[in-house]
Amino acid sequence: MTEILSLSGVSKSFGALKVTDDVSFSVPKGQALGIIGPNGAGKSTLFNLITGNFAPDAGTITLMGRDVTRAPAMERVRMGVGRSFQIPQPFEGMTVYENLAVAASFGRGQPEAAGVEDCARILHDCELFHRANTPAGALSLLDRKRLELARAMATGPELLLLDEIAGGLTEGECQALIATIKGLHARGVTIIWIEHVLHALTAVVERLLVLDFGRVIGLGEPDQIMASKEVREIYLGIEI
Amino acid sequence: MTVTATTRTRAGTITGILALILIAGAMALPAVASRSLIQDLFFILTMLTLAQLWNLLAGYGGMVSVGQQAFVGIGAYAMFAGVILWGIDPVLAIPLGGIAALALAIPTAFFAFRLQGAYFAIGTWVIAEVTRLLIAQWKALGGGTGTSLPREATSDIIGVETIRTIFEVREAAARDILAYWLALALAVLTIAAIYTLLRSRLGLALAAVRDNIEAAKSVGVDARRVRWAVFLVAAVMTGLTGALIYVQTARISPDAAFSVTDWTAYVIFIVVIGGIGRIEGPILGVLVFWGLQTALADYGAWYLLTLGLIAIAVMLFAPRGLWGLISDRTGLQLFPVQRRLTGTATKGGMHD
Repeated sequence: MTEILSLSGVSKSFGALKVTDDVSFSVPKGQALGIIGPNGAGKSTLFNLITGNFAPDAGTITLMGRDVTRAPAMERVRMGVGRSFQIPQPFEGMTVYENLAVAASFGRGQPEAAGVEDCARILHDCELFHRANTPAGALSLLDRKRLELARAMATGPELLLLDEIAGGLTEGECQALIATIKGLHARGVTIIWIEHVLHALTAVVERLLVLDFGRVIGLGEPDQIMASKEVREIYLGIEI
Repeated sequence: MTVTATTRTRAGTITGILALILIAGAMALPAVASRSLIQDLFFILTMLTLAQLWNLLAGYGGMVSVGQQAFVGIGAYAMFAGVILWGIDPVLAIPLGGIAALALAIPTAFFAFRLQGAYFAIGTWVIAEVTRLLIAQWKALGGGTGTSLPREATSDIIGVETIRTIFEVREAAARDILAYWLALALAVLTIAAIYTLLRSRLGLALAAVRDNIEAAKSVGVDARRVRWAVFLVAAVMTGLTGALIYVQTARISPDAAFSVTDWTAYVIFIVVIGGIGRIEGPILGVLVFWGLQTALADYGAWYLLTLGLIAIAVMLFAPRGLWGLISDRTGLQLFPVQRRLTGTATKGGMHD
């Protein structure tokens, strides 16, 4: 099996607004794909369709060779889809460690005790170990972003969806995050990453997908995409 | 890497030991206590059980039900039906209360789970009222005016004769002692079950669903199943408690058994002033509630007015209840449920 994820003719409307319009692409196992596009282009909606939080109006979504178009979100997590939210959504009443413990236990369908060491290692890798017993509601923005990443990793993903994880971070914080994500990718985790911070994205991804008004308007190598006149006009607003 | 995650603390161990001593003392209490004290304790224990269950639903499960009286009432009526229609011993008929509550809880959850927040609360209340009106049509059990347990059923309840000989008391007092023991067992069982649940894997899922249902789903928690499980467990235990309460009172009417004031409003008061989302909360809350009820028993409407004012004051100035105040000041947790990660992390290999 070479393709971990494949979308074919996927569409989704909210009322009269077509947020995802006949989107087709596939991601080979182990690749890192970046998704760019202006605000409101339907990037987060695309994630919600892949994770199963939204059901598409048309088209099929195939995960690891299985048609999961109608499969609930929970099932896709167990199949190995981890995601971080654009706006961090920690379990605020639980500690940082407990946030990971629930993900490790339910995301992989294993007893709680089996995930303790893994959670500790992920916390360490995401520089959250010293905050393990802090309630997640008391974290700073950077730590909340780290927790988003750490919790998604705790589910043991083969396909990791990152939604604007670098937004709002300082340059130094961003570099640390890039290193963490690169490390994950090097271990063979497939990554799809929505990001406005382009240099962070291009430091990691091998392919870029450009979305505008719910349509795919470009898909290819980062250099080639960034050089395309159409993309520069639409996404960067630069006349060339 | 040497790490462990545990909910154990020294305070928790001490609580466990003290609880065992307290339970042993409470079991032996009828040997020395007056009948009125036993009756008061019965009231405290049954209200404590109802409050713990409501706290499980609302405080841990995020399901603010105003319809728990449906399960008290249906549980009580099922026990009465067992005794009056089928001639079962009242104590042995208590499990019927749990079964009837389960049978009612399944359709209730089916409808109420489509509703969120305040709509869920009102939906459960409506279902409770409908159940009360339906039960009031049941002529064999007294219809709208209610009925009493027949003399021949209450006169030879299982175990009462033994209690009479042990404590040398009259039959009515022996019945109270039996009901008190059962209430003690139910309260201990409920608290132990809730504590075990919260420390289990399901407890993690419950907390995640309460904090953020979308995020919970995105890490693989089956939010629907968690909510169903908690709702059904709470309903069954509430039904058993309802049946037990009416074994002791031996007289039932739809208005009393399905009373939103007695079985839900007071219960919410206990949880809110004690501290929601903590096992310690209802324990403290029920003692405050009982104290107020005893102190204000002669003041009629002023009693309810005072309860309301206290509830408002607590919500404004101590939103996490009296136990919240105590635990904020002292850091004390008698029933620790939080997992603490201890140990040192070595390099994990992500940046290799």
